[in-house]
Parts: sequence; C-alpha cells; structure tokens
Amino acid sequence: MTTADLEAHFDAVIARRDRIEPRDWMPEAYRRTLIRQIAQHAHSEIIGMQPEGNWIGRAPSLRRKAILLAKVQDEAGHGLYLYSACETLGISRGELVELLLGGKQKYSSIFNYPTLSYADVGTIGWLVDGAAICNQVPLCRTSYGPYGRAMIRICKEESFHQRQGYELLMTMMRGTEEQRALVQESVDRFWWPSLMMFGPPDEHSPNSERSMAWGIKRHSNDELRQKFVDLTVPQAEVLGVRLPDPELSWNAEREHYDFGRPDWDELSAVIRGDGPCNAQRLAHRRKAHDDGAWVREAATAFAERGRDD
Amino acid sequence: MAFDGLLEGNSDQWAFGTDFDDPLAGLDVALPAALDPLEHARFCLGLADDALILSQRLAEWCSRAPDLEDDVALANLALDLLGQARLLLGRAALVDPAVVPVLPAGSPVPAEDALAFFRDAAAFRNVQLVELPNGDFAHVIVRLLMFSVARLELFQQLLSSADPVLAAVAARGVKELAYQRDWAGRWFVTLARGTSESRRRVLAALAGLWVHQAELAEAYGLSGGAVLERVFLAGGVAQPDSVVRVGGRGRDGMHTEALSLLLAEMQVVARAHPMGRW
Repeated sequence: MTTADLEAHFDAVIARRDRIEPRDWMPEAYRRTLIRQIAQHAHSEIIGMQPEGNWIGRAPSLRRKAILLAKVQDEAGHGLYLYSACETLGISRGELVELLLGGKQKYSSIFNYPTLSYADVGTIGWLVDGAAICNQVPLCRTSYGPYGRAMIRICKEESFHQRQGYELLMTMMRGTEEQRALVQESVDRFWWPSLMMFGPPDEHSPNSERSMAWGIKRHSNDELRQKFVDLTVPQAEVLGVRLPDPELSWNAEREHYDFGRPDWDELSAVIRGDGPCNAQRLAHRRKAHDDGAWVREAATAFAERGRDD
Repeated sequence: MAFDGLLEGNSDQWAFGTDFDDPLAGLDVALPAALDPLEHARFCLGLADDALILSQRLAEWCSRAPDLEDDVALANLALDLLGQARLLLGRAALVDPAVVPVLPAGSPVPAEDALAFFRDAAAFRNVQLVELPNGDFAHVIVRLLMFSVARLELFQQLLSSADPVLAAVAARGVKELAYQRDWAGRWFVTLARGTSESRRRVLAALAGLWVHQAELAEAYGLSGGAVLERVFLAGGVAQPDSVVRVGGRGRDGMHTEALSLLLAEMQVVARAHPMGRW
C-alpha cells in the first residue's frame, strides 16, 4: 500500500468515528498530538496527587482519611493506565517522566494552586474533578482506542471522587459556622481556576481545530466550559455556597448561564510556570524520582541477576 | 434535582459502590463473660494504635515512592492498616467506654475519632517501632517486614479468639498482613541482593530498627523468629544480635520524641473543630 492508501484508510476510520488501534498506520502528527495530550493527562494525575496528598496526614476523621488516601491512590492508578496507553504510541514511561521533569511537557494548570484547608479536598472533588469529568467524558469516544478505553475506567472513578467531594462539602455545610466559612472560602479560591481548566477561549486555542478534525477532541473548550457552568450552578445552590462571579445569571434566551470572563492573563502566567506552586510541584516530583533512583537500580540489578542464575 | 446523581443515585453506577463492606455485619458484639472488659479494651487499643500510627507513617510516602507501582502498594498497605485500626478502636470503645476521651456535650465526633484525634501521646499504646520517623525506602521495607511478621503471627492466633469481633477482625487482617509480609519480604531480598548501595542501605535500616524488635516481640507474644530467619537467609543477611533497649514501652504509654510530633499533624484539624462534622 502507498502512503496515500494508508492515509485514505486512516481518514475513513476517523470519518466513520471508529477507533485507531496501536498497530494501525497513523500520520506522525496524529501520533505526536496524542502523545502530547495523553502524557499531559498522565502527568496531571501524578502531579495532582500532591495538592490533595498534602491533607492526608491531617484528615479530620478516620473515614475521611481512608477516602482521601484511596482517592490519591486512584490518581496514581490513573497515571499508570495513561502512561501505558501512551506507551502504545512508541514512547516509554521513563522518557515521558524525563519530559515532565525537564519541563518539556505540561500538566493541568489547576494543580499549581495550593490547598490551604481541609475544605479544599471537597472543593477539588466537586469542582476540579467535576471539570475534569466534563472534559473527559467525551474522550471515552476519542479516536485512539487505548486512550478511549482508559478514559472509560477513569471517568467512572472520577465520578466517584466528585461525589465524595460534594458529600464532604455537604457534610461540612451541616456542621459549624466555621466549617461553612471554610467551604465558602475554598470555593471562592477554586471557582475561577476550575473554569480555566478547559483551556484558553476557542479563538486562542492553537491545537484545537486539528484535534477536532482527527476525532481526538469532540467539543471545543468554550462548549465544555459552558456545560460545566450549567451543571455546577444548581449544585452550588443546593450546597448553599455563593459562586464568586457577579455576572453569573440565567439567560433564558440562550438557555444557558451567562458568566464572567476568567482572567486569561493569570492562566497564561500559570502555564508559563509562574503559578503559586509550579516550582514546588516539580521539585517534589523530581525529589521523589531522584530519591528512588537507587531502588529502581537495585530492582533492575536483582532482576538481571535472576536471569543469569 | 441536580444532585440526585451525586448524592442519592444507585450504588451500582459507581465503580466501587458507595462505601466499604462491614466485616462485622451480623455479628453478635457482646463480649463473652470469660473476657475482662478493661483488659480486653486495652489489648484492642494497643493493636489499634499500632495500625493507626504505622498507617499514618505509610501514608506519608504517598507521591514519594520510587515508582508508581510502589506508591499504589504503600497506599494499599496504609489503607489496610487504617481499616484494622478503625475496627479495633471501635471494639475498644464498645468494650470499655471509659477509654474514649470526653468531648464537649453535643459533639458529633464518633468514638473512633475521639480516640484517634483527642488523646495525647501518653495515652497512645502503640509500640515505638511504628512511630519512628520515616527514613529511606529500605527503612520502610525493614519496618514493614518486622511489623507484618509479628502481627500476622498474632492475628493467626486471634482467629480463634473468644471475642467474635476480634476473630472477625483477625480473619480479614490475616489476608492483608500476609500480602504485607510478602511484599516487604520480596523487597527486602531484592534490596539485599540488588546493588552494593541497596545492600548498604538495607543493612543500615536493619541495624537502626532492630533495637525495637524486642519490644515488638514482647507486645505480640512472638515465639520464635523462623519467618524472619528465612527472609534474612534469602537476602544473605545475618540476623542481628538481640538488643534489650531501656527506656520504657509504648504499651505503657512511654514513647519516643517522634510520636507527639506525628500527633500534632494528625490531630490538628480535628482538634480545631471539636463540634465539627466531617
């Protein structure tokens, strides 16, 4: 088959919304785009362990400690499946980790914000995992098979996490005045960064159009952001918290909520590396990686010796 | 309502259901007359505190392990021990309510949390081995190996405990501890026979932690050291000489300097909100 035939076959698979599998021919740019996106997603899971992991030691009840520890463990598990999905594209986990540690690949901007109270554990579950789910549910139908299948399992677990986060906030709102104030303060801090998780507005999203054409992405950043706002506003009302946006109001004509403009300069700064915790998050990961080097070497040496014996 | 999906929904739609299954479901929780409630509560509390404090130390490893697989494994071990701690704290509180610290009237804090978060260091009954600050990966492996071997041996005996609750806790715990022992044992041998660096580190960890073996063996009523001997042999490591350490025992409330610092972190949020709901 000529390259043109292969390309035609690839295009036909995409056009009928079928899956591309690891052994199928694919354009190099499609492979590179997927590696970038899946790796970024895997790195987000791994870096995302830190802000919540920060509160495991201080969880205020043993039940909450178990829930939080299990959640952060799930994130490590998600990182594992996603690195595996990425490896089917011909790159190793070790190479991907080096790209993360070298600052050559990104992770979600949201994890560059600090967690300052236990309420943040609930807010991250509700808003951050909620936004992640809006982004990720369409990826279950993404054109690359291993990625789509990993996403199905991840989305189930993320829904569970979102529900647990919301349940924590609900419980705190039924507690003391101080607890209610903690919830409100946390929502005030995380609302705008959560909206930024959908990425820059469509007119400034350089990679979006091609990803949509390839069926890697199914909805635009702004569509997903709107969907998240529409889902979240009634949830905030049930919870009894105020979302910190004076422009937030129902638009009967559009049948959507109108909302204010996120501070896109802040998002650019965080992506550039100037968020409150960028340096801290990478330094933590680099230290864990470096501290573990002798263990990985020992395991390799032991396995090789076993083969010789 | 917008929230049915999140709060009420059918548990089948969630990957792991809505809560953990209760190993004590349907069990008669009355303490048999043959057992002395005060003594039994004290026994449960010691076992609970060992699990709780080691779980806290293991959870500190979260996001810091040498590889993702080890991160997942360490979190699993921490969760297993936390589960044991909760059941045993609950048992101690039920058998002898006087062990539970008194909180302000109307506080919604359950007994297991009152015990975990509102006791000071001197009221904790854990052995000193579990409270020591974390070291490197060899340290966590050696500590887990010593601990899981001792605890598994005792839990196997507790399968036939006169207390049906303790027997049920042991039935679940035996499987968890066998996994813990195997995981730590495999890593011990791997490190001991890996590189000269890993061998140096595992020997250093063993030398540092072995001074706590006598207290552990006494608290768990260990008869011999056959399992440890086998692991040491597989790793080509000589069993260290036994050491008798002076300075009191954790089961009597005598601890190292590390425990009050650990508790300061663990208890800070709970203590700030004695009337809080979580």
